[in-house]
Amino acid sequence: MPAERPERVLVLGIGNVLWADEGFGVRCVEEMAERCALPDRVRLLDGGTQGLYLLPFLEEADALLVFDAIDFGLPPGTLRVLRDADVPAFMGAKKMSLHQTGFQDVLATAQFTGGCPARLTLIGCQPVELEDYGGGLRPAVAAQIGPAIAEAVAELTRWGVPVGDGRTETGDLADASIRRGAYETGRPSAEAACRTGDDRFFPATAKETA
Amino acid sequence: MTTQTPNGFTLDNSGKRIVVDPVTRIEGHMRCEVNVDENGIIRNAVSTGTMWRGLEVILKGRDPRDAWAFTERICGVCTGTHALTSVRAVEDALGIQIPDNANSIRNMMQLALQIHDHIVHFYHLHALDWVNPVNALRADPKATSELQQAVSPSHPLSSPGYFRDVQNRLKKFVESGQLGLFKNGYWDNPAYLLPPEADLMATTHYLEALDLQKEIVKVHTIFGGKNPHPNWLVGGVPCPINIDGVGSVGAINMERLNLVSSIIDKSAEFNRNVYIPDVIAIGGFYRNWLYGGGLSSQACLAYGDIPENPNDFSPEQLHLPRGAIINGNLSEVHDVDPRDPEQVQEFVDHSWYTYGEPGKGLHPWDGETNPHYELGPNAKGTRTNIEELDESAKYSWIKAPRWKGHAMEVGPLARYVVGYAKGHEDIKTQVDGLLRTMDLPFNALFSTLGRTAARALESEYCSRLQRHFFDKMIANIRNGDQSTANVEKWDPSTWPKEAKGVGMTEAPRGALGHWIRIKDGRIENYQCVVPTTWNGSPRDSQGNIGAFEASLMDTKMERPEEPVEILRTLHSFDPCLACSTHVMSPDGQELTRVKVR
Repeated sequence: MPAERPERVLVLGIGNVLWADEGFGVRCVEEMAERCALPDRVRLLDGGTQGLYLLPFLEEADALLVFDAIDFGLPPGTLRVLRDADVPAFMGAKKMSLHQTGFQDVLATAQFTGGCPARLTLIGCQPVELEDYGGGLRPAVAAQIGPAIAEAVAELTRWGVPVGDGRTETGDLADASIRRGAYETGRPSAEAACRTGDDRFFPATAKETA
Repeated sequence: MTTQTPNGFTLDNSGKRIVVDPVTRIEGHMRCEVNVDENGIIRNAVSTGTMWRGLEVILKGRDPRDAWAFTERICGVCTGTHALTSVRAVEDALGIQIPDNANSIRNMMQLALQIHDHIVHFYHLHALDWVNPVNALRADPKATSELQQAVSPSHPLSSPGYFRDVQNRLKKFVESGQLGLFKNGYWDNPAYLLPPEADLMATTHYLEALDLQKEIVKVHTIFGGKNPHPNWLVGGVPCPINIDGVGSVGAINMERLNLVSSIIDKSAEFNRNVYIPDVIAIGGFYRNWLYGGGLSSQACLAYGDIPENPNDFSPEQLHLPRGAIINGNLSEVHDVDPRDPEQVQEFVDHSWYTYGEPGKGLHPWDGETNPHYELGPNAKGTRTNIEELDESAKYSWIKAPRWKGHAMEVGPLARYVVGYAKGHEDIKTQVDGLLRTMDLPFNALFSTLGRTAARALESEYCSRLQRHFFDKMIANIRNGDQSTANVEKWDPSTWPKEAKGVGMTEAPRGALGHWIRIKDGRIENYQCVVPTTWNGSPRDSQGNIGAFEASLMDTKMERPEEPVEILRTLHSFDPCLACSTHVMSPDGQELTRVKVR
């Protein structure tokens, strides 16, 4: 790990908020903006479902902290922190959604162009539920937002970045209509919006009907 | 067994079955099965979306003014296009007129997305179907420099030293085992025809394209306030204009407009000096590989886009053409009306949904999404582990949209075929010029290469249109009009109790439509018919095959166990399955499985 303190830091939340716990990373960043006062050299960014669009943000950062929902094969709701070389390797080990492939490719591309941040930390949460299109975070995963932010604050402190209580103003977050509160409370009922699918990809449903 | 499809293809599923699952380097999940005869020629093709499609249901009950923000999150590629289609649908339903500047800004954003997507698609997703980066290590940098200067004399980056540097970087990258970007390749397959120098040139441009794409999207950041996921607004655009303002935040000022202008120039230059010359150079080595035409010579559909004036979507006002060609008759281009219940319909006879009765097609305003997953009697494997699909029954999560009953191809090639047939001057000049330069007959256009070339031509045309709308907006501002939004009907109390509307765009990968029904200020029904639903559609009740399936027919595979040719042709459509189907595999495969049975 490089000894010097990172000058510019990118705190990135990735995932698709429309797929239940897949939205974990984006929700962490939203919440962090409400709770933490971050200095100007830290950029808080909702990366959403994007791939290559994120490359310029990576290239301008010396250190990258990513929140994401990751399949670690651990009990649902478990939080894990990975650093540096373990990050891309792990993200490549299991591909559960398209954005991860995208982000893994972004990391590889940044390495190829020489623009990959010198430090890389991933704060990941094992999802409870992904098989719920239009759904919100499950309680066990929502409960990990606080601890995930605590991990992030500890990591930033180790990097020599002061984090205070308060808020961070940024235009880099999701539109108000799909922030967690509005999104989860405005959801139509299960009757109005059918939520099942292919047994190959919905093993839980397959088990019930078997 | 041999069957004849009504749309002119002879299918024979008696040969060896090859399964490719998932098809890689695309957005979303897709599976493809083909039968090849004893000579390795594809005689039957089955394309299937392996995930449930369900983006419409999440919009039920939401505020129509917010729909853009949801649709923008559907996938990682055409985000802005979905947002634009959505605000157009809502404006159509509520009779909202947008101001002139908003039209110019939306067009510039949409064109930026087209250019970005086309360039990224060619260099970062599709090039590896033609270009072998591992072979580039064997190139002579001096000969590469000569090739570059011959191919594009006005491109400044062409010295032997420049190519040597890139080669060394590539070497280091490959030796460090970080093949991530270039994995899943079949690098010793004889289907790759480029000499090492062309491979090095193209790999170098891959890096140049990476730098450029970062610039292109700044147009979204400037006009959309942020990127990724820029902001949109029903009634206009969310960026106020204050031409004399200063600083980097707040309203659009001259400083930021100058940045937009310089980005437009850079994109145009890249299209002219790099992208088109590369397509011609690479295409030249593959000039005899003219497979993959599929439906393009028979049935093409384009909704059209980039209106010259706000709120006017009549065909003669659209810079990207609208029209439909059927039965291979290029002398007649039909107009397309997305409101006509008889024109666009979706069928589910071979899709895992049910409408309750066979052979029924539904217009999107009356669309239904009732999943019904069942495998046909001849399918092999189990419900959770399908070895082989039975295409005589239901076999895909993609619905089958049809235009007046016809399976259609959509996308850059369809737009260019429609434009050419309509005598669109810019398109005709470009196509004739390209064919002349490459010394190819008109029919060569109906191929995988033709699709790839149409995309490059369109990217260049889009750059010119961007310049047009930039100048138009500046002139309008100078005339004293700084308005960017119309909020007269922002308040739901001004809306009718019930309303319905349709929004259309040309997404990079083809015709995109959103149909909305609004009741009591909320979304009652929302249906998206996306480009990959058209192209990737399964068979319909008449047995017509879709564009992907048709494009694979009669292709010769060098090595059936290495699906280079299948990927090449499917990638040429720039498929995006994320929004045509629903993606969520808890334990997806890292590598493509190719099974030969």
